[in-house]
Parts: sequence; structure tokens; C-alpha cells
Amino acid sequence: MRVALFVTCVNDTLRPRTGRATVAVLERLGVTVDFPMGQSCCGQPFLSTGYRGRTGPLVRRYLEAFGGYQHIVTPSASCAAMVREQFPRLAGETAAGVASRTFELTEFLVDVLGVTDVGAYFPYPVAYHPTCHGLRVLGLGNRPRRLLECVKGLELRELAGAEECCGFGGTFSVKNPAVSAAMGADKARAVTAAGASAVCAVDNSCLLHIGGTLARQGSAVRPVHLAEILASTEGEVW
Amino acid sequence: MKTQLGMPAFPEAAGRSTRDLRLRANLRHATGLIRERRAAAVAELADWERLRAAAAAVKDRTLRHLDHYLLRLEERVTAAGGTVHWAADAEEANRIVTGLVRATGEREVVKVKSMATQEIGLNEALARAGIRAYETDLAELIVQLADDTPSHLLVPAVHRNRGEIRDIFRERMGHWGRPAPKGLGDRPAELAEAARLHLREKFLRAKVAVSGANFMVAETGTLVVVESEGNGRMCLTLPETLISVVGIEKTVPTWQDLEIYLQLLPRSSTAERMNPYTSLWTGTTEGDGPRHFHLVLLDNGRTDTLADQVGRQALRCIRCSACLNVCPVYERAGGHAYGSPYPGPIGAILTPQLRGLASPLEESLPFASTLCGACYEVCPVAIDIPEVLLHLRARVAEGGEATLRGTRTVIRPARRHTLERTVMDAAAWALDRPGVLRRGQRLAARTRRLHPRRLPGPGRAWTESRELPEVPPESFRDWWARTRGGGR
Amino acid sequence: MNGYGSRERILARVRRALADVPAHERPADHPVPRDYAAVHGTRTPEETVELLAANLADYRARVHRTDTAGLPALLAGLLARRGARRVVVPAGLPPQWLSRAVVEPVTDSPALTHRDLDAMDSVVTGCALAIAETGTVVLDAGPDQGRRRITLIPDHHLCVVRLPDQVVDSVPQALRRLDPLRPLTWISGPSATSDIELDRVEGVHGPRTLEVLLVNP
Repeated sequence: MRVALFVTCVNDTLRPRTGRATVAVLERLGVTVDFPMGQSCCGQPFLSTGYRGRTGPLVRRYLEAFGGYQHIVTPSASCAAMVREQFPRLAGETAAGVASRTFELTEFLVDVLGVTDVGAYFPYPVAYHPTCHGLRVLGLGNRPRRLLECVKGLELRELAGAEECCGFGGTFSVKNPAVSAAMGADKARAVTAAGASAVCAVDNSCLLHIGGTLARQGSAVRPVHLAEILASTEGEVW
Repeated sequence: MKTQLGMPAFPEAAGRSTRDLRLRANLRHATGLIRERRAAAVAELADWERLRAAAAAVKDRTLRHLDHYLLRLEERVTAAGGTVHWAADAEEANRIVTGLVRATGEREVVKVKSMATQEIGLNEALARAGIRAYETDLAELIVQLADDTPSHLLVPAVHRNRGEIRDIFRERMGHWGRPAPKGLGDRPAELAEAARLHLREKFLRAKVAVSGANFMVAETGTLVVVESEGNGRMCLTLPETLISVVGIEKTVPTWQDLEIYLQLLPRSSTAERMNPYTSLWTGTTEGDGPRHFHLVLLDNGRTDTLADQVGRQALRCIRCSACLNVCPVYERAGGHAYGSPYPGPIGAILTPQLRGLASPLEESLPFASTLCGACYEVCPVAIDIPEVLLHLRARVAEGGEATLRGTRTVIRPARRHTLERTVMDAAAWALDRPGVLRRGQRLAARTRRLHPRRLPGPGRAWTESRELPEVPPESFRDWWARTRGGGR
Repeated sequence: MNGYGSRERILARVRRALADVPAHERPADHPVPRDYAAVHGTRTPEETVELLAANLADYRARVHRTDTAGLPALLAGLLARRGARRVVVPAGLPPQWLSRAVVEPVTDSPALTHRDLDAMDSVVTGCALAIAETGTVVLDAGPDQGRRRITLIPDHHLCVVRLPDQVVDSVPQALRRLDPLRPLTWISGPSATSDIELDRVEGVHGPRTLEVLLVNP
């Protein structure tokens, strides 16, 4: 099977290892990965900040870059939600097809490939934070947990208030810094209290916020994207 | 309602709340409790999602034919012995109510908790006319005694804990009537008893009451008030004159439609199968209850909201406050930061629509959310609050058409967003040019050792509480090109 | 002028606001899915009564069960235990209900003031119906229930529900049986408030003690 990777602008620029991990997992499962170089940003930062008009070229760019693929996979629930939920509203019928063929990584693994055990090894206690767009827009349900439960050596720790937003919210984090920081601080404290050595999610934007807060609190817990855990093997822990 | 003019924009007001540790503790305690209970009450009904879909559809049907239903309602209320008045705005509604109270010769009224009368500032208008309005809902009483403003739709004094309430009762009850009992403690039962004693004399002598309503049935002319304490029943049945001020969107078409909302509302708001008291009345009844009934139908921005095809769904709201109780932003910002009687997620979409983008406060409200979607998930009438927030954000940032007091108006982009717009334009330009983006990524990577830990200017908002992410030595794009030979 | 100018203004605004609604669309054209449940679950009539009793008790109503023959003695006992002397009753209360009670029954009349009612120890009424799923009794000001104020001002309300006819399963069933033109009061437990820290406390302005008597024929 051949898929196109939509790496997202945040991962491309700030967390390329997540993109590399996604490629590693998919290739391990026998999937051929393409990376259309014309891709860019899904436009979510513009839409969510009120610049709906600026999303047009980015939506068109996405449709051009990925239009030819049957499966488009992205390691970001938030960007997948943008494409699936918002593209049809922004660009109408022309976007509906590509939107419905865009999958968040765990959806692709569990629903399309039918795999929960990807042969990963990650010998650490991990707390899983279900990010809002994955939880409530895409409805990922227990897919990420099922994948994590199959990772050898991994010990899943309960995270108190797991389903509460971490407070990132895109530009919310700088437009409402006090509330964002208060939410982040509560989330980071819950993560630390969970006794995990890593906090894992399917969105690096949220992890940048949680991780940045943890670091400022002096916590040793590190943020890790789910793809990086799934890419880890006994030969190579990410 | 205190004047909301000159309210600070949401981020500043919310910022102050986050530093108020007692407020934070009070809100965390109260909302945490009700969240779990609501979930349990909702889980009892296997058909919740179907009720929710029906509730949304009935409200949409009503809104799409609101003129039809309002005329029907007026006809039925009038036929049942009531008098219907129409108020285009707050000022007119206040004038009508003041005139009706004056005509009775009374100088005081008892009030049932009503969002509509808070919205129009009725108590202040009555006070200017020399008429004293007594709030009788326990939380409203607390707010009124403390000269405070409400911070929650259902529990306006949710920002106060029991110790604070005891102090308010001890210090202030005497100024308004019967003083608090000597040695009043802070057990909720004692506080409720103090309120009972304080208000009883007012109920027994009251000649005029003012209420709102949760629902108005067009088919029958029936009004419905859902409550817990019995203060509603007191006000709705003991006085000789009852004046109900109700937003036009509270209409439902038929009597049977109530079966949907009377199942959804109590479970969503107080997490009860049914609230202790629900009163339903149609006009006046010979020998039972008020002899004079006036219904004041209030627009005050509702038709402006109706004119917006995306924002219109906010008018489905039944004021249950489930969205407040689950909102992590509300929990930390508190209700006052929203600068309106309608706080929380619903307030963030309702206030800017009812008032228009009148000031920096209203412009800031659509941004008072992380778009986490918890509000939409619990909303019993399925208002897609995140979608309306996005819609209103676009109106603030980019401008667009809106209706203001019945007139189509072109809104200009908010001035405060000029710098942001420049940044957004630049970002959109670069992101649409992968070559430019790539050069930028490389520049950032080359200078990564030079990046400061704390940023000046707008960037400070991030680095005040969080470390900046480290820029990697190589972007994904470059890695792919290097290892896979450029890809497609 | 009763805001007559505003009536036309508001209606005109509504119609302008709805310019997107096709002119030919009638209210019933907008679909409303009504596939929600008319009743939640299936129960025998006795199970329905048990559910009613359990839900009433869950919200702190005191529930008693008896039959028609036992009702006067039960009422007498409950009033005596309360120490009630003056008991207000609606004009249409069946006289035998209080035949055993050692109290001074006061029949409601327009002459009774609010303060007179405030001096009553208890009120005894029937009801229009009761809803099992929500633990609710509904009063519709019928002859054995009287005017709304008599069940409001006294602090102790004894409400008789006649089984099985007066019990319905659900809110939808209740609305089908009720007359919108009568003033209705739905009562689910004694008065309560959640206004202090969003925690429920029973007993504010309405009767602080609600006793519901479920009476078999």
C-alpha cells in the first residue's frame, strides 16, 4: 500500500523526529510512504485566529499535493480534524473526497491496516494525554490506548483529568496567556503526579505547550509523540 | 446588573482571576462536583442523543418560523387573559415594566431569577424609578446583598464559598430586611434557613412579581418556570400582578415539545432527574394566582443574532449552564471575566452577537476558548459553540456583514488586530511558498544556539510560563530530501 | 401603547433575518426527528410504582404505601407524628381521608390570607398524576388539590397518589394527560437548592417536608 505523509508545518519545522518516526512505523508495516514536497500548512492557525480568508491558498495547496492519493496519513489529530471537518466547509464538494481520505496516524493503523501491535518496544512508564481534537472532533476513542497497550515494556499510567484540555489552543496560548498557563500548569502537575517518565499524545502542538510547561516547572518528564513510541524497537529506542 | 461599560477585555480580567486562588478553588470544587453528577444523570437516559437531536431540531424549526410562532403565542396568551407587550431593546423593556409596576401603585417587587432581566438591567432601572426589586433566588440574593454581579447562569454566586456567604448574610441582610439569625454558621442548611426567614415576609406581602421563563408554548400560550427552591412558586402564585420578561427565542411550538426540554434541562443543569419545582401557567386563572399577567417579549439583539445563519444556533440555548461547568477556561477565568450576565462558552458566542462587537471586550470574547469542544459535547441543544466561535473570530479579524439593531452593517476588521494581521499575512505568504518556508527553517536551524529562552514583546506571552521548543538542526523536509532524494 | 410600534418592528426584523428561509417553507417542513423514547425501559405496573417510590425517596420525599381503607389511619398517624394541629385542605378533599385525624381541618377559601396559610402546620392534597421515571407528583389545581398557594406556604405537604391510575411512566406520558389551560405545579421532592457550592441542600422556601402516600385501591 502506498500512502502520502502529511507531516504538518509544526512537525516539519519543530519536531521532524515525529515525521521520521511516522515513516519508520509505516515502512515497518510494509507501507510505501510518499512525501509530496508541495505540501505546507493545513491553514488551521489562520482559521482558528479568525483569518478564514487566508486559508484559501493553503487549502488549495493541500488538495493539489494530496489529491492523487487514496490514503493520506498525518501524525496530528488537530490537523486531521482541520482537513476532515473544516475543508468541506471552506472549499465545498471539491475538498470532501480528499478530506475523507485523510487519516490521523492511529486511525490509519487501527482502522485501515487493522493493526494494534506494531512491534514496538518502549521500556518506560507513560502517561497518555488525549488531545481535544483527537478526542472530540475525530472521535479517536481508545485507538491510541490500544496501540500503547501493545507496546512491549511500556507501562501506561493513569492521568488524572486526562480529557481536560491542556490549554494550548493555538493562538489562545498567546492571546490568553494567563489562562493558558494556568491550564498548562494543572496539566503538567497531573502528568508529574502520574509518575510517568514520558507524556505522550497524538499532537505535537499540545506537547510543545505541555513539555514547555514541564520544563519550566523543572520536571524531568519528557513529551513524546505517540509515533515516536511506536517507532521505538529493542534495537532503537527513539 | 452593574454597568458593563468599560469592562476590561477578557484576557486581562481572566488573568486577574487566575491569580485569585480562593476563586480558583471555589470554582474547581463546584464545577468538578457538578460535572460528574451531570454525566451520571445523562447516562441514565439511553436516548440522550436522540433527545438532543430533537431538541435542536424543534428550536431550529421555531427560529426559522419565529414570526409565525410569536403571533400564535401572543394570540393564545391574550385569549387566556394575559397582556402581551413587545420590547425592541433593553430600554424599552425597562420602560414597559416600570410603567406596569407604577400602575399598581406598589414600590417594591419580588423577582424570580431571570437572565433576561439581568441582561436589560431591570433592577437598576426600577431603582431609578424608586421601586425596590428583591431578588429571591438564593444565589441572586447573595449577589444582591453583596452588591456583586453574577458569575454563572444557574448559580450566580458560584464564585463564593459557604464561609463568604455566611459573612455576607451576617453583614448585609439587616440592610434589606430581616437580619440573619444570631450565631449563623456556614452549613449550607443553616444558610438556606436564613434565606427562608429573610425572604418569607417579602413573599407574603408582595403584590407584584417579575419573572422570566424557561419556555413559552406558542400552541397554548403556556409559560414554564423551572426552579428548585420554591421562590419561583412564591413569586408566580402569591402576588396580584405578574410581569414576565422573556426573550423571543424561548418559544417552542407545541405543548408536547416540552417533553424534550423537561427531560434535558434538569439533567444538564443541576444533574437532577427533575428539578424540585416546575410551574406552568397559561394566562390567568380565576381565583388562583395573579389576577393580572403581563408578558414582555424581548428582542434586544436576538433578531440580529437570528439574521446570522451560523450564529443563529446560539438562540437554541436553554440556559442550562452545562457548557460553563465543563469549560476549563471558565473554571480558571471565572464568570465575571466575560463581562456579561452570560458567561462561559455560551456567553462567548451570545454576548458578541446580542450586543454586536461593541467594544474590545466583545471583540475578545470569541477568542476566550481553546476550541477544545467540551462545551459542544455536553450542550443539550447541540449548539456547535466552537464553530460559532470560529465564525465570530473571522468577523473580528477580517470584518464582514452583520446585523445591528435590525440594520445590515459592514463590520470593519478590528483595529487592535492590525499587527497580528500583518504577521498572519506574512506567515500565509511564506507557507504558500515551500521554498521560502524551507529557507526560513534553515535560517532558524543555523541560529538555533542563539535563540533566547525568554522572548520580548508578544512572544513573552509564551515564554512567561513555558520553555520555547528547541529548533532542530534539520527540518523534516530537508531530512527527506537528503535521505530519499527529493521525493515527489 | 404597549409597545405596539415595536411589535411591528420586531416582527419585521424577524422576517428580514429569515430571508434565507425559502418562502414556501412551512414550519412543519423543517424536520424534527422524534425517535426518542416515550418510556425508558419496560416495567410491570408494580415495578413502575416501585420506581416512583425510589425516585421520590432519592430526592428526600418520604414515601408511604397503603390502601384506601388504611389511608385515614396513615394520614392520622403522620399528622400526629408531626404534631400538626391546623391542617389546610382543598374544598374537594374526600372527607373520609381525614376522618381519623385529630386535627383542625381548615378548608381553603379566598378569605384565607397568605399569613393565615403561614400559620398552618400542614396541607393534605391529592394530585393529578405522578411520574415514575423522574419521581414527580403533578398538581393541576383540581378539587382535591386546591389553589396553588395552599401547597406552597405550609411547611409540611402530604400528597396522596391513587394507584395505579394516577401513575405514568414518563414525562411524555404525563404531558399527554395534562391540561395546559390549568395551572400546573410539578413537584419532585421537597424544595432544595444547589446555590451553595453547586451542592444540593433540601429545604428552602417551599414545604421542607414532602410526604407522598401511594394508595392502592
